[in-house]
Amino acid sequence: MTLQLFLLAAAGLFAIGLYGALSQQSIVMLMMGLELMLNGVILAAAALWFFLAPDGTDGPVLIVVVVTAMAIEMAAGFAVATAIYRARQVDMTDAAADLKG
Amino acid sequence: MTVLFWILAVVAVVAGFAVFRLNSMAQVTFALLASFLAVAGLVMLLGLGYLGVVIVLMMVIEMVIMAVFMVMYMMNPAGLMPMAMYHNKSGSMAIAVGTFAVLAAGILLTDWPTRRGAPAPDQTFALGEALMGGQMLTMMTLGVTLFATIVGTVVLATARGRYDRFGDDLDRRRADDPAGGGPG
Amino acid sequence: MPEPMSAPAALPLWWVVVLPFLLVAVAAAVVAADASLTARARGARADVLLPVREAGRLLVGQRRRTVAADSVLWRAGGAVLPVAAVLAGVVLPLGLRPVADLSVGVVWFNAMEVLAWAAVWMVGWGPNSALGLVGGYRFVAQGLAYELPHMFAIITAALGAESLRPTDIVAAQRGLWFVVIMPVAFVVYLISATAMAFWGPFDAPVGRDVAGGAAAELSGVDRLVFAGGRRLLLVVAVALAVPLFLGGGAGPWLPAWLWVAVKTAVLLALVLLVRRRFPTIRADRFTEVAWIVLVPLTIVQALVVALLVLNRGGAG
Repeated sequence: MTLQLFLLAAAGLFAIGLYGALSQQSIVMLMMGLELMLNGVILAAAALWFFLAPDGTDGPVLIVVVVTAMAIEMAAGFAVATAIYRARQVDMTDAAADLKG
Repeated sequence: MTVLFWILAVVAVVAGFAVFRLNSMAQVTFALLASFLAVAGLVMLLGLGYLGVVIVLMMVIEMVIMAVFMVMYMMNPAGLMPMAMYHNKSGSMAIAVGTFAVLAAGILLTDWPTRRGAPAPDQTFALGEALMGGQMLTMMTLGVTLFATIVGTVVLATARGRYDRFGDDLDRRRADDPAGGGPG
Repeated sequence: MPEPMSAPAALPLWWVVVLPFLLVAVAAAVVAADASLTARARGARADVLLPVREAGRLLVGQRRRTVAADSVLWRAGGAVLPVAAVLAGVVLPLGLRPVADLSVGVVWFNAMEVLAWAAVWMVGWGPNSALGLVGGYRFVAQGLAYELPHMFAIITAALGAESLRPTDIVAAQRGLWFVVIMPVAFVVYLISATAMAFWGPFDAPVGRDVAGGAAAELSGVDRLVFAGGRRLLLVVAVALAVPLFLGGGAGPWLPAWLWVAVKTAVLLALVLLVRRRFPTIRADRFTEVAWIVLVPLTIVQALVVALLVLNRGGAG
């Protein structure tokens, strides 16, 4: 149980999430990728706090921020998905690429 | 401790990978939940009991809601007709593997500083004190952001406003809702 | 701050083995009492052994299979329900001490209760049956609506004791039971606890109008595990009201564990009577009430208790 092992696991989660966020077409699956990336961030924050500076509270506060960010990301993501689906029955990112230059 | 770490870390990563491998979207959602629960276990292992339990609480709720939306929007929620919904799969894989390689190199090559200090005996109390003291600004920002999210998401997601509910002159006695009941 | 308890905080380790049996026994007693009341109302003889015979019948029954079922989630959901209930039960003080004296006990309890949502949704989703999924969705809506009042009610008790540890909450009520200073939280807790266990008037997720809802396709041992898990959840959720609001094992003459048992039995009897008294409430009728009546009520209750705590000079 070392800092490196924890960070490697976190990096693995982050990379898997990145792969999903880039490769998935469905908005819902894309958001799962984002969540998985933030999951890695939580793990890294906890490990860095414990192994480097356990006397402060920066790590736990960062985790609170990330967890809130996850909730906001999901709520906002589903709201946008609902709005766009209501407008034109679209749930794929490729079909919603109007702003592409 | 070490055994527990290895089990949880492997579960977190394998379940995370299963998210993009399974066919059934319902199973995908709960694979993601398993990954979250494993990370919550790791966080508890590091002595942050409160945050670990809160992650469990939040993520279970979040994933159940996600399952509902997933059934609503995916064309093939149960995975009974396997289909691929990817774009630029190999490019994404290359980017992901590259990111992991860079991160891993950084993790293994960095000369990490030595541990300084010891954790406070009651982490829950320390966190609460930080959020209500030195980190008050963080807490306030989170609160305002959450409130803005509530308002923004409701505005985005609903197609009905008060004129639909109470008539054009807002003079209807009882709201005209698609689902009846309740006090309003 | 209440001074720390002098007695060792947790029960000996072998209680981990005893706890599930204890909870199952209480749940069986609830079923027996309910069945006896039904029999009495019909003018038949009360049948105390009914839960045992019913369990035996289900154990030898055949397990139903459905076409294109998602058996992984289906079976996992059924198994998670009783496990979550027992895990929630480890923080219940049985007498003075719980099986595990967690410093974040009440949050742990709530997290385990929430696992039941996932479980019921999975059981509803698994068999590839429309009615089952309707039941699962109903429970998700009900859980969402009642989770916030539930959480606020629990947090109000924790606020009054300035601790998330159930034993500290009990210790803080040595002078005055919390039910006196937070009656709204107590009532809302009982309502939301029955809703979280989809019991009483809140049993729409397994309602008759959807042919048993989430449990529609369950038979044999699966039905036994699901129905048993639901009773366990009810018993555990109602039992936490005793340490949170009714002073735990406090009381004259009798030992602490007996007081806990008596208070829990009274609350369970109350829940049973309410269920027999009121018909199932339709889902669309109660979710809105939960959101726009119970949530503000519990927030105001928490505010009042916070002012009381500040007034007596707590929170340093």
